[in-house]
Amino acid sequence: MANSQTPFEQEVAACIVQALNLDITSESIAPEQPLFQEGLGLDSIDILEISLAVSKSYGVQLKADDPANTQTFSSLRSLASYLEKHRSK
Amino acid sequence: MTAAPTLPLLNRTGNDHPVAWRNGEAVTLAQFLHEVQELAVQLPERRFLFNLCTDRYRFLATFCAALLRGQTNLLPPNHAEKTLVQMHTLYPESYGVSDKGLSLAGLDILPYPELSWESRSPLSIPQIPGDHTAAIVFTSGSTGEPQPHSKQWGSLVQVAQRQAQRLALPPTSRIVATVPPQHMYGLESSLMMPLHNGGTLHSGQPLFPADIRDALSELPGPRVLVTTPLHLRICLDEGIALPPLALILSAAAPLSQELAQRAEEAFAAPVHEIYGCTEAGAIAARRTVAGEAWHPLSGVAIRGTDTESAWVEGDHLPGPIPLQDILASAPNGMFRLLGRKADMVNVAGKRASLAALNRQLCQIPGVRDGIFFVPDDQPGVAQRLIALVVAPALTESEILGVLRQQLDPAFLPRPLYKVESLPRTATGKLPRETLIRLLGELHHG
Repeated sequence: MANSQTPFEQEVAACIVQALNLDITSESIAPEQPLFQEGLGLDSIDILEISLAVSKSYGVQLKADDPANTQTFSSLRSLASYLEKHRSK
Repeated sequence: MTAAPTLPLLNRTGNDHPVAWRNGEAVTLAQFLHEVQELAVQLPERRFLFNLCTDRYRFLATFCAALLRGQTNLLPPNHAEKTLVQMHTLYPESYGVSDKGLSLAGLDILPYPELSWESRSPLSIPQIPGDHTAAIVFTSGSTGEPQPHSKQWGSLVQVAQRQAQRLALPPTSRIVATVPPQHMYGLESSLMMPLHNGGTLHSGQPLFPADIRDALSELPGPRVLVTTPLHLRICLDEGIALPPLALILSAAAPLSQELAQRAEEAFAAPVHEIYGCTEAGAIAARRTVAGEAWHPLSGVAIRGTDTESAWVEGDHLPGPIPLQDILASAPNGMFRLLGRKADMVNVAGKRASLAALNRQLCQIPGVRDGIFFVPDDQPGVAQRLIALVVAPALTESEILGVLRQQLDPAFLPRPLYKVESLPRTATGKLPRETLIRLLGELHHG
């Protein structure tokens, strides 16, 4: 179902909540909800924190000149699918 | 009346000198001057130009083309539609230049043109009147309405020269910046400094550690990284290897001694910090590991140290400019920062008044009482505000939803706690210790 998190999405959501010290449960991040602005309201500082967390957890070094505009960070689902493709651990 | 003295657009002689590095290639001085001139001819005849370019080289070319036409660059704090609409109302006779296809109802936006370059006769370096208002830089107030700060060309050039001198910047520095060019720090350190110190600027704005490494690796030395404490910490924590650096420059937030030490060791380069504000630009510098004291740029004087109201004077400034920090005098004309004025907070380089934030919070229908406060400083950690709110009929997300419409996102509380009442004293005050204790209980409750 589109609105429930896959097991890997659950893991990435938990990673985001922990890295950003968010006061929400990881389950409450809808997989296709935008992570920025109107959605979860993250900003570029948060992207950097997430990039560090996923580099440590999955060995993925994120690259993009302007990640706010790229597909990767548009939602939990797109971030998780990117990590799944590129993870080295 | 005598005409104001003019200053050159940039300080270079050789036509082959690389002004910028873009898409893996050098943009030579000859090419740059042609591009600026060609672009200047295409600009409409209006006083104000929203420089909305995100590629740092195109931003620079647009910036300079505006100067050639005697126009003023408007530099919004961000490219959000709401910000641009507000600013357009303030400057109705303006237009924009964008390299990203931005559009906005009511504002004419010229797409950055594809300019062809073929070798042509060299152009001479244009002279710009020192008293021309080259740019108006905007800060976002806590409530989001942009505050304008005019910058004269002569003043920008002087600060760039003095900053380069204070930092002993190598004259052929290749500069990579992780900060945007439209904020004062980025404008001074990533555009004006290379223009007037014979350096080269990289057109990108790398964000992630791997992007920063790649951008630096494209350039020959001496390399200079213009960045913030946050980027430095992420690079260090990720353990990225950077090519040899001549200098690392940090500003926008305080850099801890510990982080500066780690960066100096990991990247084998001195880490210098700039102290400044949007109103005055760069004021002083220091090598963070060498000690707490700041060394003012030449021609800059700090007054009112050891009082609640310090200000800065400089022969390049239109008048005395009050500072938002409390300063203590130190030997040899230097000074130390004692802290922010109690009411001012700084989140990710953006300033706001706590009193104004509290007012906004308490004005939300359904909110009976509320307060924003700054948790204890954790070095190198991006600091966020915390809010405690008494609002029995509202949920946390309803309150956040209203705040999101009113505040710059940097000031949104993280977290926002609902409480039954605030532990106010008989005089209505909320002592910091009481708030910290209450917060501890909320964390563990």
